[in-house]
Order: sequence, then C-alpha cells, then structure tokens
Amino acid sequence: MIPGSVAAIVVAALILGPLAAVLFRAGGAGWPSPADWAAVRFTLLQAALSALLSALFALPVARALARRRFPGRSAMILLMGAPFILPVIVAIAGLLTIFGRNGLVNTALGWWGLPPIDVFGLHGVLLAHVFFNLPLAVRLLLEGWRAIPAERFRTAAQLDMPPGAVFRLVEGPMLRERLPGILTVIFAICLSSFAVVLILGGGPAATTIELAIYQAFNFDFDLGKAAVLSALQIAIVTVAAILALRLAGTGMAAAGLDRPVQRWDGGAGLRLWDAAVMAVAALFVATPILLVALTGADSLRDLPSTVWSAAGVSVLVALASAALSVGLGLLLALPRRALFETIGLMTLAASPLVLGTGLFLLIRPFAFPGDHVLAMTAVVNAVMALPFVLRSLSPDIRGAEAAHGRLADSLSMAGWSRFRWLVLPRLRRPLGFAAGLAAALSMGDLGVIALFPSPDTATLPLEIYRLLGAYRMEAAAGASLLLTGLSFGIFALFDRVGRHADA
Amino acid sequence: MLTLDALTLRQGEFTLRADWTLERGRRLAIVGPSGAGKSTLLNAIAGFLEPERGRILWQERDLGDQPPGRRPVAMLFQDGNLFPHLSVAQNVGLGLHPNLRLTRADRETVDRALERVGLAGLAKRRPAALSGGQQSRAALARVLVLRRPLLLLDEPFSALGPALRREMLALVREVTGETGATLLMVTHDPVDAERIADRISVVAGGRADTPAPVAELFENPTPDLRRYLGL
Repeated sequence: MIPGSVAAIVVAALILGPLAAVLFRAGGAGWPSPADWAAVRFTLLQAALSALLSALFALPVARALARRRFPGRSAMILLMGAPFILPVIVAIAGLLTIFGRNGLVNTALGWWGLPPIDVFGLHGVLLAHVFFNLPLAVRLLLEGWRAIPAERFRTAAQLDMPPGAVFRLVEGPMLRERLPGILTVIFAICLSSFAVVLILGGGPAATTIELAIYQAFNFDFDLGKAAVLSALQIAIVTVAAILALRLAGTGMAAAGLDRPVQRWDGGAGLRLWDAAVMAVAALFVATPILLVALTGADSLRDLPSTVWSAAGVSVLVALASAALSVGLGLLLALPRRALFETIGLMTLAASPLVLGTGLFLLIRPFAFPGDHVLAMTAVVNAVMALPFVLRSLSPDIRGAEAAHGRLADSLSMAGWSRFRWLVLPRLRRPLGFAAGLAAALSMGDLGVIALFPSPDTATLPLEIYRLLGAYRMEAAAGASLLLTGLSFGIFALFDRVGRHADA
Repeated sequence: MLTLDALTLRQGEFTLRADWTLERGRRLAIVGPSGAGKSTLLNAIAGFLEPERGRILWQERDLGDQPPGRRPVAMLFQDGNLFPHLSVAQNVGLGLHPNLRLTRADRETVDRALERVGLAGLAKRRPAALSGGQQSRAALARVLVLRRPLLLLDEPFSALGPALRREMLALVREVTGETGATLLMVTHDPVDAERIADRISVVAGGRADTPAPVAELFENPTPDLRRYLGL
C-alpha cells in the first residue's frame, strides 16, 4: 500500500506538475490570438473528420471479418494490430512513397498526362489518421460483433432475414451502443496527433494546437504562447478523454478476436463484396509497411553513422521508459485501488508536447533543459504508456487474487512473499506484453524529443524526420526499416520472454 | 478447546447461529443441506468472514483480531489448494515460510511430509502434472508441515471418486491422530461422517447444532437430521 501511494504521488506529480507549470505560465501570457483559435478549430475539425472516416471505412471491414472464415483470417487481424506499434514516422514515410510528390500515384498520373496530387494539407493528415485508426476501429468493432449472442444470428437465419434486416435488427443495436465510444476514442487520439501534422500538415491552414506549441517553442521561443496553447490543449483533451472513458468503458484489450461469429446469411455476391472490402483494407494497411521495407532494404547497408548512433539512443530510451512505465504500473495496480488506477489513467488527458513544455518550465530554473532531453523523453514516454500498462496488468492481478488470494491469506503470504510467489508468476505474460508495448511506443515516438532537438542527441524517429526534411528519401527509408525492425523486435522480444518464462 | 461463544454470522440476508464448544483432538463432521451455512462456519473460524456478533476462541484465546494466516488453523478448500505456478515442493514449503527461503532442514521436513503422504519423487512436478488424488495428497503434506492444531476441511475431496475420497479421509484420520490436531470437516455423506468423525453437528435452519457423538445421533436423529437424510 505504501509503495503504491508513493507511485501514485509520483505519477500525479509527473502529470499535474507540468500542467500546473504550464497553466501558471499561461496566466500572465495574455489571451489566445486569432491564429491560436484557428489552430483550435483545425484540431477539432481534423480529429472529428478522422474519427468519422475511420469508423465509416472500418464498418464494412469489421462486418466482413466478423462473418467470414478463411485462411489468413488471423493474419489479417494481426495486421490490423500492427499500426498500433508501427512508428508514426515510418507510416508517414511509407504513405509518402505512395502519395508523395514523387510517389507511385503521381508517377502513374504522370504517365496518363494527369496533373499530380498534393498530399500535404488536411487530406494528407486525414489519410495518415485513417491509416492508423481504421485498424483500431476494425478491432473494436469486431469485439462488438463477437459480443452479439450467437442465438440472434441463428434466429435471423431461421426467419430467413435478408442482410439488410439482419443489419437493422441484430447488428444495428450493437453499433448504436459501440460507435459513440469508438468515435470519441479516435477523436481523442487524433487531438494529440503531432508527428503526422508536423510532416503532412503545416501552414496557417493546417496547424493543430500541438504543432503550434512546437512552433512557438522552436521558431519563436515564445514560452508564454506555448503555455497558452498548452492550456487550450489540456482543456480540449481532458473533455475528450473523459468522454472517451465514459463512452468506451471496457474493451480496448481486444482479446480472443480469432473466433469468427458463426453466420448463415449471404450469397455469392455478398461473399465477393466482403472479400473485396478486406482486400482493399489489407492493401491499404500493408502496402506502406511493405514499401518501406522494400525501398529501405537497399540502403540499409550504407546508412549514415548518425542513424546507427540514433538507433542506439532510441533503444536505451525505450528500455528506460519501459522499465519506468512497468515499474510505476505495477506499483499502481498491485494495491487494487480504484484511486491509484485512475491516477494512472489521468495521462490520457495529457499530451506529450504539453508535458514536455511543462517539464521544460519546471527544470529551467535549476538546469539547462537541453542537457536532459533524453531523460525527459524517457519519462514522458513512460507516463504516456502508463494507461496501456495498467490495462494489461490490472485484470491479471485481480484474477490471481480472486483465484488464490484466500489460500495466500491462510498461509500468511503478505508483502514481498505474496508478490514473489502469488502475483509475479501469474503476471509474466502481461508483464512481457506491457513492457514490449511501452518499449515499442517509446521507440517510435516523435514528440518531446522534437521540442528540444540538439545536434548530438537524436532518437531514430527524429533522425528520420531530419532525413525526410533533407529529401534524403533512400536513407530515410533505410532508417525507417531499421526503426520498424527495432520497434517490432523489441515488442516481440519482451512478449516472448513473458510467454515462455512460466513454461 | 474450540469455543463458539454466542456466535452470529451474516452473509447478506443469510444468518447462522452457533453456541457450543469442541474438545481438543475431536473429529467433527458438519452435515446439512446445501446452502445451510457449513462453509460459512468454517470460513468464519479460518478468519475469512468476520462474525456479526459473538466470539470464536481457541484454548480460551479470542481469535477475533487475528488475520487468517496467524490463526491456529489450516484449511483445505473445495478447490484451489495449490498454486498452479509452483512445484509440489514449493507449495508444501510455503507452509514453513511464506517467502520460501528454506534451509536444508526445512527442505528435509518438506521431503518427509511428501514421503508421509506417498508423494516421494514427485516434488518437482507442477500440480497440473498430478492426478486429483495426488493433488489432494500434496495439499495434505502442507497441512502436515503447517503444524496447526485446527484442521478445517471444506469438502476438498468432493471431486474425487468414492474410493479415492475414503482413502484421503483415512489418511486425514491417520495424520490428525499423529499430530493430535482437531478436525472439522464438511461432508455430504453420512457414511464418511460415521467412518472418520467422532462428533457430528447438523447445520440447518440458520443454526449449527451442538456437536453430539456420532453413534448416538445416528441412532436417535433430530428432526433436522431426519429431513436431511430423507428418513
């Protein structure tokens, strides 16, 4: 209980301290300018459109996945999980090789004598956000379909309901219940999107609050402005996070999606439609990843040395971040107290750039923040991963206590003995998963580090961003491939260790 | 001596009263219809349920302020008596030190206990690699090393076949005879009760009856016992 309280205070301080510093600094910095309000409007607009488009396109995909069995179905579901740990910068590099100025699409358009398309701006941002959130929406919707009792589909089949009626009477109620939650979750995620808007957005017409914070920092070094923007971001994200937690409630874990719902409806035409829908979705998600791998493979051998040193830095930051996140998560989850876990989930209302700004303000009176960029990055990444860590550890801790707590009580197993011999052995799997997730998320993060770039300490995502900015596309692709390999590798490694530890 | 002093237990709407004593070294069978509160009574003695009123005493000492692990009580539940992620030896060793820091002498004690219940050579196995009977034996081995004067059995052998269950109960009887432990066991089978126990308490209608000698009670059953046995 005492270590849990300490961890809760530490996490609360890590979130509330920077937020308080930001709000305090913003207090004397005046009212938001028209440009700031434009950033607010664009932030809300792009998040709303991203959520709507992702859910709209996810519907037919999830429906097809729910009612079909075919070889490769679990691979398809696995693919839908990939964008979650795919580094944002890599996905953008992949999307640029397709839709960029000299990308595949424009090359093809050039052959036909058509004018090139421009991926930068609102539509580019939406494209990237749909790439990340369509798979998430598919997984969440699939969970909803799995939750529909099989008897209802049986009854529908017996009454020979046409597909339209099945949709209206059986699936409709589930969607009405789940869609609001899914929409707000994606909306909340897209509010804090930074790297996507940094590269694909920009300009006065396509600037989000996060990007405006970054610009206030890097171009104007106007801390007051950064603080005012951060305060706006805090207000918006807090409302969205509360809405998302309220509406989405459970779920997100998406366990056991492999089992298809048994269905009896549908003829050849419907089957063809489902196949087409799934093929398009799979292509949309897999192609950017594959293209990065293909174009990157060539340049992997002669990558600049800065890429390799950045990779080393990224691995170290990821490991430190994972250790911190899992440590804090364990301490918060072990006492099984709702208050502690709520404090851990509070980070949903923070954004990396706001936390970074706040930490900068807090550290500045005592030290030069630029000297501690990597430590700040590791801490912010750990805090940002905390909700996912808690969500994977908590159920198993409760499960172990429910199943064996009485026996442990009767044997006087308390404190360390209880942790070592009751909880830890039952927790290896989720611990491995959580550590892998936290490490991979940190690995691919381009957030705080972009706020305080220094020439000699770059993480791999920042290095890729620099290469992209210098139009060194081959080197960027090679580095992206390296980063993807490291992210998935570090996740798979931890996950595997967790799975096999108790064998 | 176990004393239930004007005890009232409550779980939601359900209440159970008991007010009696049981001499040290006795073997008490607790019988009665399902849902009558047999497990509730054991859980209260083991410290998993706080009495609403009254006290539970062992050798004149009130157990009220003692957590389950500090009570002079070893309890075997209906299931989940072994940690599935620990070896048989570790499961038994927890009875000596909950932190499993075992000395050489401790390990010998564990080995002797395993030998006593007929599990020599299976110390390194996980519970999943044991049969149901062997799992029961492993749990009994821990009861042996725990050396607690009160043993509570909440039908731990109910998933075993009749022959194996009797074998386990015979082993329990031997073990309690050797250690002088006082036994309280929930059972559904009057034959088991007659075979193992020397006292019997009928739990029915919100009351746990004063323990009576088995033979006497079966010769002259109370109305509650008659109804339970279907006589």
